[in-house]
Amino acid sequence: MSEKLLELSGLEKHFPVRGGTLIKRQIGAVHAVDGVDLVVHAGESLGLVGESGCGKSTTGRLAARLLEPTSGKIVYNGQDITHAGRKELKPIRPEIQMVFQDPYSSLNPRHTVGSIIRGPMDIHGINPPGGREARARELLEIVGLNPEHYNRFPHEFSGGQRQRIGVARALALQPKLIIADEPVSALDVSIQAQVINLLQRLQEEMGIAFLFIAHDLAVVRHFSQRVAVMYLGKIVEIADRDSLYQRPRHPYTHALLSAVPEADLDAPPRERIRLAGDVPSPIDPPSGCRFRTRCWKAQDKCATEEPPLVRLDGNREGHLTACHFPEEPTVQGDDIVLDPALA
Amino acid sequence: MTTPTSTAPAVDATSVTETQEAVGRSPGQLMWLRFRRDRTGVISAIIVIFFFLVAILAPVIAAVYGKNPYTLYGQDIPGLLNDYGYPVAPNGGISSEYWFGLEPSLGRDVFTQLVYGIRTSLGIAVVATIIMTVLGIVIGIVAGYAGGKTDYFVGRVIDLTLSFPQTLFIIAFMPVVDSILVASNEEPPVWLRAVSLTIMLTAFGWAGLARLLRGQVLSLRTREFVEAAKVTGASPARIVFKELLPNLWTPILIQSTLLLPAMVTAEAGLSFLGVGMGELVPDWGRMFLRATQVYRNDITYLIFPGVALLVFVVAFNLLGDSIRDAFDPKIKR
Ligand SMILES: Nc1ncnc2c1ncn2[C@@H]1O[C@H](COP(=O)(O)OP(=O)(O)O)[C@@H](O)[C@H]1O
Ligand SMILES: [Mg+2]
Repeated sequence: MSEKLLELSGLEKHFPVRGGTLIKRQIGAVHAVDGVDLVVHAGESLGLVGESGCGKSTTGRLAARLLEPTSGKIVYNGQDITHAGRKELKPIRPEIQMVFQDPYSSLNPRHTVGSIIRGPMDIHGINPPGGREARARELLEIVGLNPEHYNRFPHEFSGGQRQRIGVARALALQPKLIIADEPVSALDVSIQAQVINLLQRLQEEMGIAFLFIAHDLAVVRHFSQRVAVMYLGKIVEIADRDSLYQRPRHPYTHALLSAVPEADLDAPPRERIRLAGDVPSPIDPPSGCRFRTRCWKAQDKCATEEPPLVRLDGNREGHLTACHFPEEPTVQGDDIVLDPALA
Repeated sequence: MTTPTSTAPAVDATSVTETQEAVGRSPGQLMWLRFRRDRTGVISAIIVIFFFLVAILAPVIAAVYGKNPYTLYGQDIPGLLNDYGYPVAPNGGISSEYWFGLEPSLGRDVFTQLVYGIRTSLGIAVVATIIMTVLGIVIGIVAGYAGGKTDYFVGRVIDLTLSFPQTLFIIAFMPVVDSILVASNEEPPVWLRAVSLTIMLTAFGWAGLARLLRGQVLSLRTREFVEAAKVTGASPARIVFKELLPNLWTPILIQSTLLLPAMVTAEAGLSFLGVGMGELVPDWGRMFLRATQVYRNDITYLIFPGVALLVFVVAFNLLGDSIRDAFDPKIKR
């Protein structure tokens, strides 16, 4: 494995909930992120998947230091940036960039495409050979837009094009890590593939590492070498792509996978697991295993004891699962073993 | 979207028609295009500009016209006013010499008085509007961007200011200012009145804009483009001036085009109530005060300032509406 670029350990973010009549005081906290350990290696793409409200965006924003962590540690390239201020972060900022979910609110409607892409260079006083404008036009070309569009405004572009502009802005500082928070969720399905392909090309050609956030496993499948599954503020399973898609152990991963349309039409259709109900409130998360309220295998132990995120028997190295009663791997080597839970 | 193809076609890059000129139209330019198509807006703008030109060029107009607003023509030249002090000529003394007639009893020229009166009232209103707009911008943005305790505190001050009975307060307070700063037997100097009027108007006028902008900033600062700026390392100053402010010009412009006519009427109202500019300075509002004393015998003296003020305020408000429509084509009246 290559060197660790970003390391999150025991990361927590609790948003205070205020209430009470007249005098507002804290009556609770949203446990948006509740003890997350993740490592992103240089040049790799790590997928972070989970239903809405699981705390994926909060994790991404913490990693980009847009939010102040409640506790835990964020180390970037060996440097602890957990509570670094704006001045301390400034030299690191160019290396960690973000691509946002909403192509409409992520570009300032009053700025031209040119000034949006130049902005980061202006802030850091970067003078590329040929000048900032030339570089911005070059970036437009790299992301597949017409450099002539330099003087246009965001409202003149489609969602997919706006997302490309957002990518060009993220590239302006030649980052080592891009945190992409559901970069294609807001796009038409036909456009999604194009943007994903663009990001994939950048990852391969420029060696940029990605923390790629998505709410379903289909999107990250072809993009991420490793995938982490998140549920209610915690990582419940993390593995390399093949292990996760072929030998998932956590019931939640199974459930998410069953929602993914089968790529291979000849393969036997997967059993569809429909998750009952919604994600419980992160203000008062379930005790023990947080998934137990929706899990079909839950037993008493799940309510009392929190399952640790560990390597289970039969898992490859780096495949960690947090479950007391893990599913048997669906596929063992080349032999297909029917999943008892699905049979 | 399970199997992205390995080629990276940039198809959607071409959906903006290439035949369009390469330079895009800014939201500001689009607004201007829409505004130009609005007949009411354009006519109102011309009227408003006309009033401003009158105010700015008052000395020139008076020089060309050959009169000034201070000379007591009616008293100096016999035969203009009758024994009761009213103009001899019909319609308030309108003649080729005195276009809008003469002021009863003092016998000043109404035309130059109105021109200079507009100058005084507009001057004070413009200065007050500019100061309160700047105050509103600063306070509103600081409250919205800082949030927390600052926001709470500023919010309460805004509530207090907005609920204050300002006219009553100014009427009661103006004589106090005079008595503190000016010896009782002297007439307060012109500049002092102008300054204290401006301060009074400003003190109560900033809160509306501040509240509006606070709300706007509150919603803007969670937009992803602000986060994008933070991720690139932008300073708070850059975020406020480069990211937020450009998105606030619309409400600022709309609000101040509505504030200005309100300030003109407020200034006129205060002068009418006797706490405005002193007798020596021509003033739009004070002309009303004088007119209400004489309108039974000389209605002409009420008509000229009245119609002028009505036209100005209506035109300015219509202009404000047109600007709002031009900025936000989705809102239809
Ligand atoms: N600024 C915030 N203040 C309070 N609660 C928040 C804030 N941001 C996110 N949350 C809450 O944290 C939880 C996780 O949100 P988020 O990270 O956006 O989830 P995801 O991106 O996985 O959909 C949600 O319950 C959300 O309501
Ligand atoms: Mg999210």
